[in-house]
Amino acid sequence: MNALPSQLAEIQEDFLALEQKDRLLLLLEFANDLPELPQKFQDHPDLLERVVECQSPVFIFVDLDADGAFHLHATAPRESPTTRGFASILAQGLDGLTAQQVLAVPDDYPQSIGLSEAVSPLRLRGMSAMLGRAKRQLRDRLAA
Amino acid sequence: MSAPIDPTEKFAAYAHPSKLVSTEWLAEHRTDAGLVVVESDEDVLLYEVGHIPGSVKIDWHTDLNDKVNRDYIEGAAFAALMSSKGISRDSTVVIYGDKSNWWAAYALWVFTLFGHDDVRLLDGGRTKWLAEERELTTDVSPVTPTDYPETPRNDAPIRAFKNDVLAHFGNPLIDVRSDEEYSGARTTMPAYPEEGALRGGHIPSAASVPWARAAATDSTFKTRTELDEIYRGDAGLADGDDVIAYCRIGERSSHTWFVLTHLLGFDNVRNYDGSWTEWGNAVAVPIAVGTEPGTAPAPRR
Repeated sequence: MNALPSQLAEIQEDFLALEQKDRLLLLLEFANDLPELPQKFQDHPDLLERVVECQSPVFIFVDLDADGAFHLHATAPRESPTTRGFASILAQGLDGLTAQQVLAVPDDYPQSIGLSEAVSPLRLRGMSAMLGRAKRQLRDRLAA
Repeated sequence: MSAPIDPTEKFAAYAHPSKLVSTEWLAEHRTDAGLVVVESDEDVLLYEVGHIPGSVKIDWHTDLNDKVNRDYIEGAAFAALMSSKGISRDSTVVIYGDKSNWWAAYALWVFTLFGHDDVRLLDGGRTKWLAEERELTTDVSPVTPTDYPETPRNDAPIRAFKNDVLAHFGNPLIDVRSDEEYSGARTTMPAYPEEGALRGGHIPSAASVPWARAAATDSTFKTRTELDEIYRGDAGLADGDDVIAYCRIGERSSHTWFVLTHLLGFDNVRNYDGSWTEWGNAVAVPIAVGTEPGTAPAPRR
């Protein structure tokens, strides 16, 4: 099995080191840390894709910069902190990776960070959907 | 010891006015002895973002569902949960939540399975409390554990199982899902995760009344007159009817169960919490597709 990229592995370790109730608080920290959208997306909401599998309205956009480094941008309402937390984990965990590294991230990464009990498996599906959408957008981008 | 009834005029027209409180009433009474405020949301983190001061959190996934069996917790676990939240058997419990109280209604329904007598909803829920810029806190108040009696869960009066639905044909069924789910065009509500129903459609003869029709734009319940038009008018329910409501996993239909039971006064309403995730996967049960209810099959007893 390939090793996880270090940022994703660190996030995983951070969650797994905590008691269940503290995992929720860490997820809330991630939610609060979700960066504002860069100006170019704020001006062009049409560039964002809605993740329809998610319970709350969440929009994502994947970007490859001139050096080929991956960036995920996401926005979700303040009243949807769980969704914001999921987006923030992925935005931070995937940031700066190469396209190949992103595509190689295991699809079950969301199930591997110890949130199933604190958040429930059903809710975690929203994060899996977001990861799936990000990879699909990236594949489309590479094929274009 | 029960808290006083909210005398709000709108509530007086409902069948059980004691089951709702207004935001004004709660702001005045939330620190009354014997009253516990409970937040119950779809989003598991909303309570942590900010909640009504003194309120406790109950999450339906992690608190009310059994972790192994596909069922609700049993009496001992419910008693332990109540104790840990500072709720006594005679406490007045006021539940509020996001999404027009959809999950709050679900929690209220589970409290009712255990026969907790005085449990009410905050009309308008979290949305209205926030819209009125009322007080919120991120502080979690210390809870004094109570000695809540272990009470068996009594499913029969308000909970229907698959076999109850099969035996119910010929009596009214209310499908509270979206139009697309009802017709079978999709198996999950728009913008929600696929929950794995193998077949789309609805239970034959069920009337389609999407749950949100009962909610006004400010997340409060519609008035008695408006609700009567929807359920007695459009859906054709009549006094004395034995009704089963269902949705996808039983959450949205709890909202409708609350409306039919406590606001409109139907005495025999059950929530089929297995709902479409069970029916749409069950072998050899009848399904209707399209926008018409279809005819009721012969009841199977």
